[in-house]
Amino acid sequence: MAPHTEQLTRPAVQLRGLTRSFEGRTVLDGIDLDLPAGQFTALLGHSGSGKSTLLRAVAGLDHKVAGSGQLSAPERVSVVFQDSRLLPWRRVLANVLLGLDGKDAERKGREALAEVGLKGRERAWPNELSGGEAQRAALARSLVREPELLLADEPFGALDALTRIRMHTLLRELWERHRPSVLLVTHDVDEAIVLADRVLVLDQGRVGLDLTIDRPHPRSYRDPLLGDYRERLLTALGVTEDHK
Amino acid sequence: MTTTTTTAAPVTAQEESHRVRRRRGLSPGKRLPASRLIGPALVVALWAVASAAGQLDPGAIPAPWTVLRTAGHLWTAGTLRTDILTSLERAGYGFAIGLTAGVALALAAGLSRVGEALIDGTVQLNRAIPTLGLIPLFILWLGIGETFKIAIIAIVVYIPIYLNTHAALSGIDSRFVELAEVQGLSRWAFIRQIVIPGALPGFFVGLRLGVTGSWLGLVVLEQINATSGLGYMMFQAQNYGQSDVILVGLLVYGVFGLISDSAVRLIERRVLSWRRTLSS
Repeated sequence: MAPHTEQLTRPAVQLRGLTRSFEGRTVLDGIDLDLPAGQFTALLGHSGSGKSTLLRAVAGLDHKVAGSGQLSAPERVSVVFQDSRLLPWRRVLANVLLGLDGKDAERKGREALAEVGLKGRERAWPNELSGGEAQRAALARSLVREPELLLADEPFGALDALTRIRMHTLLRELWERHRPSVLLVTHDVDEAIVLADRVLVLDQGRVGLDLTIDRPHPRSYRDPLLGDYRERLLTALGVTEDHK
Repeated sequence: MTTTTTTAAPVTAQEESHRVRRRRGLSPGKRLPASRLIGPALVVALWAVASAAGQLDPGAIPAPWTVLRTAGHLWTAGTLRTDILTSLERAGYGFAIGLTAGVALALAAGLSRVGEALIDGTVQLNRAIPTLGLIPLFILWLGIGETFKIAIIAIVVYIPIYLNTHAALSGIDSRFVELAEVQGLSRWAFIRQIVIPGALPGFFVGLRLGVTGSWLGLVVLEQINATSGLGYMMFQAQNYGQSDVILVGLLVYGVFGLISDSAVRLIERRVLSWRRTLSS
């Protein structure tokens, strides 16, 4: 299993001096960052801190943005957006298979839908799905491509609190089964702590805090030991005692 | 005065509790069965009653049964059949050419910047000129035969189809463009799976306007300079004071207009079945 060990040692994502700016305003200011293969990383920051810009740069979606620096990312990258972004004119299965061809594409698509708990909904139209179901379908669409890197841009931001907790469990389960590297952009500190093994805080275009969360999974929101991490992350985000 | 207040009090209380239970519905409610036929049927009924009562001058507005009898005569004599076929052929050719041109130009303008620069402004200019105003020029260019009639109908048809399809193409959600990039779609797959299905609702709006436009163009063309067709038949009837024949012509136009519009609606419902979940 030589290639496997090589995969483990070589970082999946490598950023060196990554700089991005919009109309003269520097959003990312020379970021150096390695994401090891198979690591679940969360990226926290205020709105406007550049976390989405970073994700879009790694996804290769920032054609029109001025910038410099080096960036290497795997070949197979999937992105989950805040909105499910299902095409309303394609049924759920066809949405999952978007951009995928080959003989067992359909079988893989059905498997992915079963994995996210949407078995039997293959022929539904996206309009007929609830918000949580639509986001599950979006997860299936990103999984079916067997990504080495999964980028998620506030994927649960538009869901209600209860659905969000269920989706956290699902995402973590999927990660344990497939082991892609994950970069999860979020503004929710608890979400980051419960899901990720490493949390980065982006502040003024730089990584302000790089925190490894060394607690076993599945984690509970009620775990008191997570409180220390929450404290440190909130401080790094500039939330002091008076704000609470 | 006292009696009215005492009787009014329980009524308002009842209304109050009713208002809490259920809000006043603002939607027009359930659709009546065959609702679109009720209005026209009422008009025909009034027409028949007025004719039977002798309230209408039969020279100006003949009775419905006279019109039907005339239609039967014209049909058995064979003239109505030829006139209808000629008209259908003109409308059909003009519509087919206009549809093809409208879609092709919209795709060219919507999918490439060069195409947009060359086509969009030109079509907008064309749109500003009333198409029926081009008739004299087209007669000079193409002669008074079939070609110029088909050309005019094609122009009337292509403009709404182009405008609506182009607007729909340029209005494709940029989030879907991003999705296509993420999913690694090729340019052709992007056009086929995202751009075209996304533009279909707009295209159908244009198509329905185009269908109506083809009949409108036909009526005008056949009434000013034709030697055959429904419009010609009506024009001749005007010279001989045959108002029943004119009504037959109008009836045929109306039936064709309704049928073609319903056909487009039917296709639209089939093709855009994913939208039904929204409107139902």
